[in-house]
Amino acid sequence: MKPNTKTADIESEWTFEKLEKYDALISDVATRFGLTTYPNQIEIISSEQMMDAYSSVGMPIGYNHWSFGKKFIQTKQNYSRGRMGLAYEIVINSSPCISYLMEENSMTMQTLVIAHACYGHNSFFKNNYLFTTWTDAEAIIDYLVFAKKFISDCEEKHGVNNVENIIDSCHALMNLGVDRYKRPSKVSMREEKARQAQREEYLQSQVNDLWRTVPLTSNENNNDDTIKFPSQPQENLLYFIEKNAPLLQPWQREVIRIVRKVAQYFYPQKQTQVMNEGWATFWHYTLINTLYDDGELSDSFMLEFLHHHTNVVYQPPYNSPHYSGINPYTLGFAMFQDIRRICEYPTEEDKHWFKDIAGSNWLDTLHFACKNFKDESFISQYLSPHLIRKLKLFNIIDNDKHNYLEINAIHNEQGYQRIREALSAQYNLSNLEPNIQVYKVDMTGDRSLTLRYYPHNEISLSENIDEMTRHIHRLWGFDVVLEQENGDEVVTELTRCPKSSE
Amino acid sequence: MAHFIDRRLNGKNKSSVNRQRFLNRHRDQIKHSIDDAITQRSVTDVSSGERITIPKRDLSEPFFHQGQSGIKQRVHPGNDQFQTGDKIERPKQSSGDGGGEGQASDEGLGADEFKFEISREEYLDLLFDDLELPNLEAKESADLMDYKVTRAGFSNVGQANNINIIRSLKKSIARRIALTGATKRRLKDLQEQLTQLQSQPIGHDAQIKQLKSDIEICSKKINRVPFIDDFDLQFNNYAKVSIPTSKAVMFCIMDVSGSMDQATKDIAKRFYILLYLFLSRTYKTIEVVYIRHHTQAKEVDEHEFFYSQETGGTVVSTALALMHEIQQERYPTSQWNVYAAQASDGDNWNNDTPLCGTILLRDLLPNTRYFSYIEITQRPHQSLWQSYENISRTHPQFVLKHIKDTSDIYPVFRQLFTKSKS
Repeated sequence: MKPNTKTADIESEWTFEKLEKYDALISDVATRFGLTTYPNQIEIISSEQMMDAYSSVGMPIGYNHWSFGKKFIQTKQNYSRGRMGLAYEIVINSSPCISYLMEENSMTMQTLVIAHACYGHNSFFKNNYLFTTWTDAEAIIDYLVFAKKFISDCEEKHGVNNVENIIDSCHALMNLGVDRYKRPSKVSMREEKARQAQREEYLQSQVNDLWRTVPLTSNENNNDDTIKFPSQPQENLLYFIEKNAPLLQPWQREVIRIVRKVAQYFYPQKQTQVMNEGWATFWHYTLINTLYDDGELSDSFMLEFLHHHTNVVYQPPYNSPHYSGINPYTLGFAMFQDIRRICEYPTEEDKHWFKDIAGSNWLDTLHFACKNFKDESFISQYLSPHLIRKLKLFNIIDNDKHNYLEINAIHNEQGYQRIREALSAQYNLSNLEPNIQVYKVDMTGDRSLTLRYYPHNEISLSENIDEMTRHIHRLWGFDVVLEQENGDEVVTELTRCPKSSE
Repeated sequence: MAHFIDRRLNGKNKSSVNRQRFLNRHRDQIKHSIDDAITQRSVTDVSSGERITIPKRDLSEPFFHQGQSGIKQRVHPGNDQFQTGDKIERPKQSSGDGGGEGQASDEGLGADEFKFEISREEYLDLLFDDLELPNLEAKESADLMDYKVTRAGFSNVGQANNINIIRSLKKSIARRIALTGATKRRLKDLQEQLTQLQSQPIGHDAQIKQLKSDIEICSKKINRVPFIDDFDLQFNNYAKVSIPTSKAVMFCIMDVSGSMDQATKDIAKRFYILLYLFLSRTYKTIEVVYIRHHTQAKEVDEHEFFYSQETGGTVVSTALALMHEIQQERYPTSQWNVYAAQASDGDNWNNDTPLCGTILLRDLLPNTRYFSYIEITQRPHQSLWQSYENISRTHPQFVLKHIKDTSDIYPVFRQLFTKSKS
C-alpha cells in the first residue's frame, strides 16, 4: 500500500470515517487470504442495547417471552454490579451478516472486532458445511420477523398465557427439537413462511388422518395390534409432537415449529464453538499482523491489540481459581495456528502424524478444515502431539463407582491418541446431551406416548424428569411415559405423567 | 465493503415487554417478597423501588440433561504433577466440569435466590395491587392558601425598576420605523436627485438649493422623532397568586395495646404509607408524627411505633389529647394542613368513648383537613365505632372504615381522591 498513509497513531477514539477506512484495509487483506464472506452490516450500539441483544440469545428480532425478560434482568444486574463485562461484539449468522459493536470500544478494539466478527465469524458462517446445510442466512431475519408477528398475533387471539405456556414447554424441549442425523429438506425458510398458511390446514388434515377413528380398511384383515408407531424411534421430539399430537390446535403446531426452527438454526453454533471462535481468533490475529507488517498500524495500536488478544486466548491451568474448563478461543486458535505450523515447518513427528498436510499449502489446508469439520471431527483430525504437550492436556476418568478419579492419559507418547479421542468426545453433543427418543405411541389404546432414554456411559438422567414430563404432557395431551433402556436391554420406567394413570 | 449503521439512537428498551412478562409471571412470589419488604421500610420511604428476592427454583427453565452418576471423562489443561494411572481424591464439589453444558447454571453454588430491583412505580403497583394509583389526583382545593408573587406578562405601566429593557427598545425601534419610514424614503429620493443634478455640468443652482433645503427639512423631521418615548416603555408585570400551602403534617395514631398483633400493625402500616403517598403528591413538605397509645399516649419514632410490644388496656382519648396538644404547639393551622390517621382494633375503655367524641368534635376536627379512622378487626364493632360513626355523619372530613385485610384499605381513599379524567 502507500507508505505515506502510515498512521503514526490511531487515536483511541473511533469515528465512522476511521471505521470505514480500517474496514476497507482489513477487507483487502482478507481477500488476499481468500476469505469469502456475506456482505457485512456493522451496527454500533450502546451497552444497554447490547444487554437487549444478550437477552434475546442472539436473535436480532425475538418473539416476546418472560424468559428473555429474566435473562435481561440477570444480565443487567451482573453487569451493573461489575460481575461481568459485556462481549465486545455479537455477530449474527445472516446475510448480510450483522455485527453489533459497542460504542464504548476503543478504535483498536473496534478494528479487532471487525477483523474477528465481520471477517472471521462471517467467513465461517458462509463456508462451514454445518451452516450451509442447516441454516439459511438469507432468510433468517425474515423468518424471525414472521415468527415474532405470528406469536404476537396468537397472543391477541388466544391470550398471552396460553401462548406462553406452549412456549414454556417448547423451550424446555428445545434440545430435543433438532435433527441430529437426518439431512435437511431443501425448503428454505422463506418458502417456509410462504407455505405457512396452507400448511396449517394440511398439517391438521394429516393428523386427523392419523387418528381417524373409523378404520379405512376393515380390521379383520390385520388384527395384530402390534403395528408399531412410529416404526423407527424418532430423535426429534418437537417435530414428532408437531406432526402427530392429537389435540393441538393448528396455531399451537406452528408455535412448536417456530421454536424448533430457531433451535435448529442455533444448533450448528453449538457444534462448532471451538472451530468458530478459533477461526475468528486466528483471522483477527493474522489479518491485523499482516496490516502491521504492511505498515498500516502503529506500534501503540499493536500493543493494545496484543493486550486484548492475549486476554482472549488466556487458558488458566486446571488448578487455577479462574479455571472453568478449556477456553474454546485458546483451543481453537492454537489448533489453527498449529495446522499452519505443520504445513509450513513440519517436524518428523508431524510428518508421521499428518502425512497429508505436512508441508502442504497452509492456506488451502486451513480453508479445507474450516469447510468440512465440526468440533468433534476437527479435534480428532487435527489435534497434534505438539499441541497436547504445549497445553499439557491430561484426561481424567470419573467413575461414580470408585471414590477416586483416575488419570487416564497425559501428554506423553502413550497418551496422545487417548487424549485426542477423549477431547473429541468431549465436544460430541450426542455424548453430552441425553439421548431421548420417541419410542412408541399407543395408537389403539389410551394414546399414551412412550419415550426412551438411552444412557451413554451409564450416566443417569437429571433429577427434573417429573417436571420435564409435565411439559411433554402439556403438548401431547395424553399420558407420557419415560423409560430407560440399559445396554442389557433391560427397560425400566423412570416416570410418567400424570402420575396416577388409573 | 461493510455497511455501517449507527443504532445508538434507536430505543434501548427492547426488552421492556419481556421484563413485564417476567414480572407478571412471578407476581405471586414478588408480592410475597414485597410483603416481607414492607416491614423493613419506613412509611415515608415511597420514593424508591424495591429489591425483590425470588427462590431460584420457582423460575427455572428446565431441560433434560445428564445427571451425576455414570462414567465421565474430561480433558483438562496445565498438567503439572500427574502421571498416567495416578489416582486422586475426588474434589468435594464436582466443580471440575465447569465447562460443561449448562449444568452449573441450574444448580450453581449458593445461588438459590434470584434478586433484582423493581422501580418505584412497579413497587407501588404491586404493593397496592393495581389500585390505579398513578391516575389519582387530589380532589379538593380548599386547602390553606399561601401567596406567591409570580410573573404575569408585561404591562404599560409600572415602576421604573421593573422596566423591561429589551421589550421597551423593541417598541421604540418599531415606533421610529413607523414614524420615519415615509420621510426617509423621501429623503433618499431627494438625495438621489441632488447627486444627479450635481453631476451635471451646467448649473441648476436654484433647483439644487431647493433640494438642499428640502433635505434639511426632512432630516430635521426625522431627528425630531424621539429615541424613546413614554409609550414605548414596557414593564415586567407581577401578580400575586394564591397557592395551597405546601406543608402538611400527618398524625399517625395507633393502638399498641396487647390486642394489636404484628399482622394488624402491618395492615395499618400500609394504610399510613398510602396516606403518605397521596399527601406527597400534593405537598412539598410533610412531617409525620407518630403517637401510640395504650392507657397512655406517647410520641415515638417510627421504629418504636411499629415494632415495640406493649400490653395493657386502651384509652383512646389520651392519644387524641396528645395530638391536639402537639398540633397546637408545633403545627398551627395557619401554616400546616393537618391530616390524621388512626388505626385501632376497636378496643376502648367504654367510659372513655364519650370523651373521645368530645375531643374530636371540639379540638381536632375544626383543625384537621381530614381525619381517617380504620378499625382492623374481625370482631363486631364496639362503642368507639358507634361513637365515631355518629361523628362522621355530620363531618365530611371524618371518615371511618372497617378493614379486614389489605384490599379494604383503598376504598378509604376513594373519598379523598378521585380518579383523574384521563
